[in-house]
Amino acid sequence: MMAETQTEDQVRSDWPLYEVFLRGKRGLNHVHVGSLHAADAQMALRHARDLYTRRNEGVSIWVVAARDITASSPDEKDPFFAPSGDKVYRHPTFYDIPADVPHM
Amino acid sequence: MTDDDFDAYRSLSEETDDHRWAFGTGFSDPLEGIDTAVPAGVDGAALASYCLGLGDDALIYSHRLQQWVTRMPELEEETALANIALDLLGQARLLLSRAGRAEGAGRDEDQLAFFRTEGEFRNVRLVEPADADFAELAGRLLIFSAWRLALFGRLTGSADPLLAAIAGQGVKELTYHRDYAAQWVIRLGDGTELSHARMQAALGVIWPLTDELFRADAVAARLPGVAADPATLRAEVDEVLDAVLAAATLDRPGGAPLAPVAGRAGREGVHTEALGYVLAELQSVARAHPDATW
Repeated sequence: MMAETQTEDQVRSDWPLYEVFLRGKRGLNHVHVGSLHAADAQMALRHARDLYTRRNEGVSIWVVAARDITASSPDEKDPFFAPSGDKVYRHPTFYDIPADVPHM
Repeated sequence: MTDDDFDAYRSLSEETDDHRWAFGTGFSDPLEGIDTAVPAGVDGAALASYCLGLGDDALIYSHRLQQWVTRMPELEEETALANIALDLLGQARLLLSRAGRAEGAGRDEDQLAFFRTEGEFRNVRLVEPADADFAELAGRLLIFSAWRLALFGRLTGSADPLLAAIAGQGVKELTYHRDYAAQWVIRLGDGTELSHARMQAALGVIWPLTDELFRADAVAARLPGVAADPATLRAEVDEVLDAVLAAATLDRPGGAPLAPVAGRAGREGVHTEALGYVLAELQSVARAHPDATW
């Protein structure tokens, strides 16, 4: 029994984390909705279907292994993002947008 | 989860924010507003009996699957299985309601589910035993959903428009159930030496119950154009099972089928010992508190 339990723990820790992205009926982009554990990408896709589309939220699912995501570090928040805070001229706010331009 | 994440998720789901809770009383009639008249030339009593059998298959198997909840090896798998059990419960509600209307004696889905005795149930015996392990769960679900999908595929052309519509909705659900079960049978069969041996052993336990799925059915025979002849499903189901078994490197089990008793099996009300225990649990609350609401 002891040996069996250890084996199960080992197997469990082998299941990697996947991040789930959904595109809804009205959505243009896939949106991050959460994460889950699965043995491989195909299983992750099925798990995502069962966990995140139970209430008819999505028409398309992406799953990405969390280890494959390169993320910016919170420690670098200031050098990364603060310098753009006072550059108001980078925002296209000085134009009049025609009424028939979609998705703005 | 930050507020931003939550809002994004909610914005995906808000347009279908209807409350489909699966507990409590006060459900609306699943056939409300639908014409439930028996089509001309169709034997109403036979139609009621046929729908009862298909509804009982789903009801009893759904209950067995529900018994796995809190016992699954992973949280993700548990949600998947609960979804499947709920799909089948939905099919049971529609089919039992259809049976009650076709019968015309005023019995609703609850009367049929909770106030019939063991001998009045018409489900096949495949759905009665508890799964001894996860391999049995995967194997039984594969066989059940492959068979039911083939059956519902035929029923989408049924002369009873209501039965055809119920089957049409079920086909999409069952396609996913079959896919879910098949990928686990393949993973276990084509996995380690131990998982292969246990998957093979599980199929050996379940296989004797499969023959009954294709037995001649006197009720179906009284419903030409409405019901499907079970014998005609065997080739389609065998093809699916053989493909999965091949991918899983598993052998098709031999062994004698579980024989009918004096020519009667599940569809005729003869069941395994396991059904009584399922019904005792399934019906206990409704029988202790008849007509209670909560």
